[in-house]
Amino acid sequence: MKLSLLGATGAAALLALLSANAFAGGKTKIDFWYGNSGDISKRVQEVCQHFNESQKDYEIVCTSQGTYAGAVQNTIAAYRAGQQPTIVQVFDVGTLDLMLSDAYYPASKLMADEGYKVDWNNYLPGIRGYYATSKGEMYSFPFNSSTALLYWNKDAFQKIGKTEAPKTWEEAAADMKALKDAGYACPLGFNISADESWQLLEQFSAVNDQPLATKDNGYGGLDAELVFNKTKFVQYVTDLKSWYDQGLAVLKSKESGEEMVPAFASGHCQMILTSVGDHGTIGRTAAPDMHWSVAMLPTYAGIERKSSLVGGASLWVLQGKSKDEYKAAAAFLNFIAQPEQALFWSTVTGYIPVTKTGYDFMVEKGFYKDPKYQGREIAIASLTASDKLSQTHGTRLGGFLQIRNEVANGWQAIFANKVSVQEGIDQMVERGNGILRRFEATYKGKQLP
Amino acid sequence: MEKRTLFTNKGLGIALVVPQVLLIFTFFYWPAGQALYWAFTLERPWGGGNEWVGTSNFTQLLGDPVYWNSILTSLIFAFSATVLAMGVALTMALLVDRELRGFRVYRTVLVWPYAIAAPALGVAFRFILAPEAGFMAYLNHAFPGLWNPALNGAQAMIAIVIAYVWKYIGYNFIFFLAALQAIPKSLIEAAAMDGSGLLRRIRDIQLPLLTPTIFFLVVINLTDSFTDSFGIVDLMTAGGPNRATELMVYKIFFDGFKGLDYSGAAAQSIILMLLVIALTVFQFRFLERRVHYK
Repeated sequence: MKLSLLGATGAAALLALLSANAFAGGKTKIDFWYGNSGDISKRVQEVCQHFNESQKDYEIVCTSQGTYAGAVQNTIAAYRAGQQPTIVQVFDVGTLDLMLSDAYYPASKLMADEGYKVDWNNYLPGIRGYYATSKGEMYSFPFNSSTALLYWNKDAFQKIGKTEAPKTWEEAAADMKALKDAGYACPLGFNISADESWQLLEQFSAVNDQPLATKDNGYGGLDAELVFNKTKFVQYVTDLKSWYDQGLAVLKSKESGEEMVPAFASGHCQMILTSVGDHGTIGRTAAPDMHWSVAMLPTYAGIERKSSLVGGASLWVLQGKSKDEYKAAAAFLNFIAQPEQALFWSTVTGYIPVTKTGYDFMVEKGFYKDPKYQGREIAIASLTASDKLSQTHGTRLGGFLQIRNEVANGWQAIFANKVSVQEGIDQMVERGNGILRRFEATYKGKQLP
Repeated sequence: MEKRTLFTNKGLGIALVVPQVLLIFTFFYWPAGQALYWAFTLERPWGGGNEWVGTSNFTQLLGDPVYWNSILTSLIFAFSATVLAMGVALTMALLVDRELRGFRVYRTVLVWPYAIAAPALGVAFRFILAPEAGFMAYLNHAFPGLWNPALNGAQAMIAIVIAYVWKYIGYNFIFFLAALQAIPKSLIEAAAMDGSGLLRRIRDIQLPLLTPTIFFLVVINLTDSFTDSFGIVDLMTAGGPNRATELMVYKIFFDGFKGLDYSGAAAQSIILMLLVIALTVFQFRFLERRVHYK
């Protein structure tokens, strides 16, 4: 425990240094680390700038760490050295790691301590359901949020006499066949890397009301076990494989030379499944005369659709800061929750508003009527498709990036005909359970909140 | 006669050594010690507790066929990369050493690839070797299904070996060329006058005199291919398809930094370190005997 002692003295020394530093110029300065890069990073900087211009007491310094995983890694390293930022953005599946640490200041407590009244029920149910603890408490602030949608090329569908996107996978299969017969080389573009676990396994299971794991997908405890080798997911992979073998579904990856989003935007593929966050990119890069739209992910016939999952990240406030820094953090978090900020944020990115008031404000301002943004309301509809939360309202499983990697490895074995579909999925589950058990052992004695 | 300088001032000697020792301690022994400690515990990423688990991290790894697969892929990668990178570099150096027309240009140009960072290299080769775009797309057009590293594991391995070798050829080339130029021309000329041909001269004069360089490069190349390959793997294949390119160093990176399994990654890096040390010891014990230094 030498390390924590070292960390503690380091933190104390740094705190003294910071608090001397923090009041330079009369403003309290806080750090905010996030993982977005490129265009989205510029937008985050704009939000920070708006906050700094909106008041005189606080200054937030926002720094991109390159990737979501990078933001978490760097924050862990900084936290161990006692130099953590006040606010950090943590991606959806990293939520569990934070919850089990002693590193955070719960969002609900922070806002209460600083005298802000937050109506947590104002957050869209699908979003709240994902980030809340099993008891419904919010420890972090949902920030950039998205969900998966089906993107479809209207021009191509018109050629096969359809004006609507398929609602079921049975219908989608028939459409793919018709598109192929009409001469389209790639009716459905998809990929099988670890990233696609999100839409092909997690989102699929949510909208089709299939569990990923026992114990309420892990919300109920660290001893959850994966079960998706016994659900509708098996049929889904079987179908994907057979569509792939028939040339109806085509693998589009960076290894193959063209990723699916550019493949859709350039008209090479007629359908893809991806995040609403790509809506802006496709709008900017697609040919102006290409007609396309988005729809909710298809379900299997006879299944009552449930809400899809929220993806993206939330903002966590970390321990070990001064009272003034927490005041500044609360002011910033309060600022970004304002409806005007939701409108700005959703306009410049493809992300959705996270609160009901934000959404209502955007509807009122006519955002969804603008042809440029048309279709983005479908993301909200998809997230709120069922009144009751589906049994898979989220994923709270340890080592989930490693599990996604197992899923990708299983798919790659299946699609290279090395193993049968069932064998491949059994392997994903078996190895995934090994990761869960290791995670459970690491946090032995810890209670999941 | 050998000249020796004797330092009588012990304090000065120690003072001069201390900064170096401190640096090595901070950047090598301390982290290595930390890794060793973590390898025998289960470390929580955010701190706040770690439990002593003895050797269970190691037994878990060594009982996992996936881990053995990653050792095997690492060995395949290291040996094929070393043989190729050194073989091609040696051939080029021998050709350039003959002072063919324009050899000064080659001499400079062939060194450049080593200066390119692994990520840039990975991206470039991803494009060059992508089955649907770039150069390989033409081949695939002529012979459909010929090349697809996205699903074919052996081809993915070939792709990362090519990218890695391309970088290290430049490095090996400088050493080979320098060593070749240090061989007295009179030896070569004398052999030529005695009527030995080009290949004979290479085999009997140049190669034996190159053995110290070859030995040095084998050690460096093997070590580097175990430890310096993860940038290329990360960008080109991410360890796939189906673990075909999951090298040990990439698995450490993935489990430790992405999966936040610090203890598992620490145990893996200990195993990797032992493997590299064993290989190096082996080379010094057995290969060095065949080196002619003078």
